[in-house]
Amino acid sequence: MSHTQTSSRKRGKLVNLRNFPGFKPTAWFVLFFLYSPLLYVVIYSFNSSRIGAVWESFSVKWYFRVFENTDIQRALKNSLQVGLVATILSTTLAVMAALGLLRMQRAGKAVAMALIGAPLIIAEIVLAVGTLGLFIAVGVPLGKVGLMVAHTAFCIPFALLPIRARLSQLDMAPFEAASDLGANERQILRRITLPLLAPAIFAGALLAFAISIDDFITSFFVAGPGATTLPVYIFGMIRSTVTPEVNAISTLLLLFSGSVLIGSYLIQRKRR
Amino acid sequence: MTAVTTPPKKQTQRGRPGQSSPKLAYLPIIFLAFAIGVPLLIIVVYSFLEKPSQGTGVKWVFTLENYKALFIQEKLDGTTALDTRYIKVLWTSFYYSLLTTVVTLVLSIPVAMWIATRDARKRNLLVALVTLPFWISILIRTYGMRQIVADEGPIGKFLGIFNIEWSILYSPPATILGLIYVFLPFMILPIYASAERFDFRLAEAAYDLGAKRMTVVRRVILPSIRPGVISGIALVFIPALGSFLQSDMLGGGKTNMVANVIANNFGQARNWPFGSALAVLLIVLTLLFVLIMQGAAQRRGDKVELV
Repeated sequence: MSHTQTSSRKRGKLVNLRNFPGFKPTAWFVLFFLYSPLLYVVIYSFNSSRIGAVWESFSVKWYFRVFENTDIQRALKNSLQVGLVATILSTTLAVMAALGLLRMQRAGKAVAMALIGAPLIIAEIVLAVGTLGLFIAVGVPLGKVGLMVAHTAFCIPFALLPIRARLSQLDMAPFEAASDLGANERQILRRITLPLLAPAIFAGALLAFAISIDDFITSFFVAGPGATTLPVYIFGMIRSTVTPEVNAISTLLLLFSGSVLIGSYLIQRKRR
Repeated sequence: MTAVTTPPKKQTQRGRPGQSSPKLAYLPIIFLAFAIGVPLLIIVVYSFLEKPSQGTGVKWVFTLENYKALFIQEKLDGTTALDTRYIKVLWTSFYYSLLTTVVTLVLSIPVAMWIATRDARKRNLLVALVTLPFWISILIRTYGMRQIVADEGPIGKFLGIFNIEWSILYSPPATILGLIYVFLPFMILPIYASAERFDFRLAEAAYDLGAKRMTVVRRVILPSIRPGVISGIALVFIPALGSFLQSDMLGGGKTNMVANVIANNFGQARNWPFGSALAVLLIVLTLLFVLIMQGAAQRRGDKVELV
């Protein structure tokens, strides 16, 4: 940005149009508001007291409890399995959709966009109970496989977002050059399109993974008793008893989300 | 843009080199038709079916009773009366979502404008800080908020200093606070995206030409961030309308929103057809809202993509 000096002089009074009274305190208040519940969870995860809200002394015992809890481990394993499969499938399907849609006719494209956009607009609860109805009608057992199908479906629009954005910005020159030099469509796809889209595909996959791992409502209805995911398990814990263990799991998940985000940021910066 | 991008022949307009065949999209479309389209269709079909006398599921008999039951209650003596329970649930959902949208909007405009006017380094950091909560599980964020508003939590303790006994948790304000908390980043980010592109020299020009400060805000700054505001409203109102966790965890089931009643009908209440009718109503309301927003965006000539 070149224009650092932004104030205007009028009637002898210097007025800065970039600073309005109250904006700065509002911003700091909002940041405080956004982070205080998270900070609270982190701080109280180190509280030795069984009663969550009363501070006793510093302790890491709840973390040991989490690591010893085999139910949590199973739920985490389910979450990771479903998340990984859903990420791979949804990202692959999103790449196919993004490329295929470019040349699709108007009507077909409208139908496709409606299906892709549906999970973004229609309340998750509606899709969740509809999927439950589908699985029961078709005879898909409630469990991990069904969960993977459901997660793949609602992850597609999220995986697609960065891919479509990147695709619309791509310079056509390398494609035309390749074509002029005699490359066929498959070679262009493999040697030019996919490498150029790689950062967007990576970003889309990351988004899909985050959405899948965080999902609660669909998993709650479709998982069945055998495939409880981590959010469903945590929800059950919060409902039944208040235990500081939940603060410890939450802190670990915060750490995980934060490091994935920072990791992806570093990878993308390195690429540039 | 380089000259190379102009295609030499007209036919290359469709099917430029490197553009794959549309057939590539068939598999994802078929998959989505199965995993998204069919479930929605099932909900619509179920809403016109009867509930079996025992167990869950549906009985394949056509009926309009489920829609009637949304508004009319049949008493034991055979008379009918207006049933306001579900109208109230719909109103609660609408009202909470509207309030959430208004509060997040009022908070987000100053925040987004303030971030957009910082220098690049600070701006990136602030945007990352606003984006980070988006990556954190909504369940955990709602749980964090629950501990903040709990009687023994910081707010309760603070009020206790002044001997005010006010239990926020499990009351409507807690649900609304939770909704605001969870959806705030969804409002800040699109408005910031618009504000960041705004050229502040335009505001200075208007000011130099004699506009008052508030006129500059009203006539120059606000219109140029309008696309962000419209996206923000859609991104907050739509998910808030169908939200489940906040009213469940913070409202304590006392103030149900539509999603909670739908979930209950597919769970303990075991009335899938009625739950489906409510779900259809929720879809219709959501689509209506999307149409209104798109209409508002088009009338203004703003380019807003809701999907």
